[in-house]
Amino acid sequence: MLSKGLKRKREEEEEKESLAVDALWLDPGHAAVAQAPPAVASSSLFDLSVLKLHHSLQQSEPDLRHLVLVVNTLRRIQASMAPAAALPPVPSPPVAPSMANNLLASSDAALSASMASLLEDLSHIEGLSQAPQPLADEGPPGRSIGGAAPSLGALDLLGPASGCLLDDGLEGLFEDIDTSMYDNELWAPASEGLKPGPEDGPGKEEAPELDEAELDYLMDVLVGTQALERPPGPGR
Amino acid sequence: MGEDTDTRKINHSFLRDHSYVTEADIISTVEFNHTGELLATGDKGGRVVIFQREPESKNAPHSQGEYDVYSTFQSHEPEFDYLKSLEIEEKINKIKWLPQQNAAHSLLSTNDKTIKLWKITERDKRPEGYNLKDEEGKLKDLSTVTSLQVPVLKPMDLMVEVSPRRIFANGHTYHINSISVNSDCETYMSADDLRINLWHLAITDRSFNIVDIKPANMEDLTEVITASEFHPHHCNLFVYSSSKGSLRLCDMRAAALCDKHSKLFEEPEDPSNRSFFSEIISSVSDVKFSHSGRYMLTRDYLTVKVWDLNMEARPIETYQVHDYLRSKLCSLYENDCIFDKFECAWNGSDSVIMTGAYNNFFRMFDRNTKRDVTLEASRESSKPRAVLKPRRVCVGGKRRRDDISVDSLDFTKKILHTAWHPAENIIAIAATNNLYIFQDKVNSEMH
Repeated sequence: MLSKGLKRKREEEEEKESLAVDALWLDPGHAAVAQAPPAVASSSLFDLSVLKLHHSLQQSEPDLRHLVLVVNTLRRIQASMAPAAALPPVPSPPVAPSMANNLLASSDAALSASMASLLEDLSHIEGLSQAPQPLADEGPPGRSIGGAAPSLGALDLLGPASGCLLDDGLEGLFEDIDTSMYDNELWAPASEGLKPGPEDGPGKEEAPELDEAELDYLMDVLVGTQALERPPGPGR
Repeated sequence: MGEDTDTRKINHSFLRDHSYVTEADIISTVEFNHTGELLATGDKGGRVVIFQREPESKNAPHSQGEYDVYSTFQSHEPEFDYLKSLEIEEKINKIKWLPQQNAAHSLLSTNDKTIKLWKITERDKRPEGYNLKDEEGKLKDLSTVTSLQVPVLKPMDLMVEVSPRRIFANGHTYHINSISVNSDCETYMSADDLRINLWHLAITDRSFNIVDIKPANMEDLTEVITASEFHPHHCNLFVYSSSKGSLRLCDMRAAALCDKHSKLFEEPEDPSNRSFFSEIISSVSDVKFSHSGRYMLTRDYLTVKVWDLNMEARPIETYQVHDYLRSKLCSLYENDCIFDKFECAWNGSDSVIMTGAYNNFFRMFDRNTKRDVTLEASRESSKPRAVLKPRRVCVGGKRRRDDISVDSLDFTKKILHTAWHPAENIIAIAATNNLYIFQDKVNSEMH
């Protein structure tokens, strides 16, 4: 019952193959599954929603309506899955196993945090500076679905957006800088501080205000990789 | 109803042979002007094509009131936002005509970010007999000029000139989904996913924000604006719809920022139809006031609903557009069809409502007789001047000869954009890159 002759973008073709595994959902004979709200959603529906969310975020300018609807649906699915403690091993789409599994394995709080941070990332659409990712320049932003060996699910989803900004227009970042977002970033050890989001929320208010020297240091970090060779510390 | 000529001739050969559609030609909006004399279409390539209705003539009775191309122009070009490294699509999202105030016609056209005011004028005379220039415009040798003459206006072939009079830019961070001209004919509003701005038609460097639903923390974003429209008679009232299926009627006299609605129209969820996709299918894709101003028409994924402005609790009428899709929602979610945004339309007397569906089908509901009909807009099933045959979708059980089964519906052929002539039974249907204009020749007048 898939639409005929629908032109799919290249990235979607990989999804299409992987989702063919879940022929169950495509068979109109299984309409009953969608008719009565299932007590627990199939994890393939969850995977599908996660893929949609990921694909939506990969757009340079996500369709906000599509994004919000997918996120809300994902939350509903997640809420219905919560009581089911042990999720059965799913025929996960082979293309994005690590990301989907990461999210499945995480606690609910972490998933909410991931999604919340994804949405927060959208505030950067307005032209506010992107929170600097000190390790974002370690390689080209992964635009493919699976990413190149993503080690952290959330970062992978955030990756393209931040990479895009850093690659293309550093000058634009300085238009209006909201320093409150950098407070934690500045002091976090390089290996950890990669997840901006609600965890940083309380930290933002508590961190001491940056002084001029710290701002200068921050500028250097953003502007050039040579900043990484300097030992991190307040001022110079 | 008979069919008028399909005037987009460029891609006919492509369609017949390969089912290949030039993306730039995909029609993205259709709008009649206030008299119905002109019909404007916008497409994905940023072009606007205006059709004009030919006056009825006794010489050719068969071509009475047909629409021919009047003007074509490039309204929007693709742009690049250097700051955000984003390409801005040139696709025309909406066109709205301004009420005609002099010999010229004006319309507003918008893409995702910029609204433009276009003025369309006719020139059918030109001055001849200049003293200093000859017919080709070259300066005359003054020694040959012995007497003065007054230039006279001589008729010429009709020339339609289009010029951009205003460009309303930089008003929106998010994608513009609707524009609406106020009944005061001085202001108009534009809505994007999170904000609505009020503009004065003569002022381009300033706009007033009248609705802002952006949360302080984007993490808390759960709802976006999907459509908006000014009340046809009360210049202080407007409505906007949301992705959660609610409508908010706002009064601009109450406050400068209309975040607090005057009325909230929302139907409680039907518990027997609950599913994971309940919210998605409740998302309102279009809202239109009736011509009378007393009702509103909304379109969500499976239904069209008529609301009475005096009753907020629930719609007064609900019509099923394609309820047979209710059991297919999961597949439609998978292929993203569940996110398609269909428009809806009233006829001139507010007695019939129309909306599009899949397989190039469109539906009409008569509010008085409660009868409905499904028709198809396609070259194969309708020859010019033929009468459209009602179609039927069968969901199993007894199947009649010409029925289409649900599983053989073509979901790539969607009728998203439709328009109804303000006074007569003439409708314009956009089917991908083809425009169909149907006329009810038997019952030309409104009932």
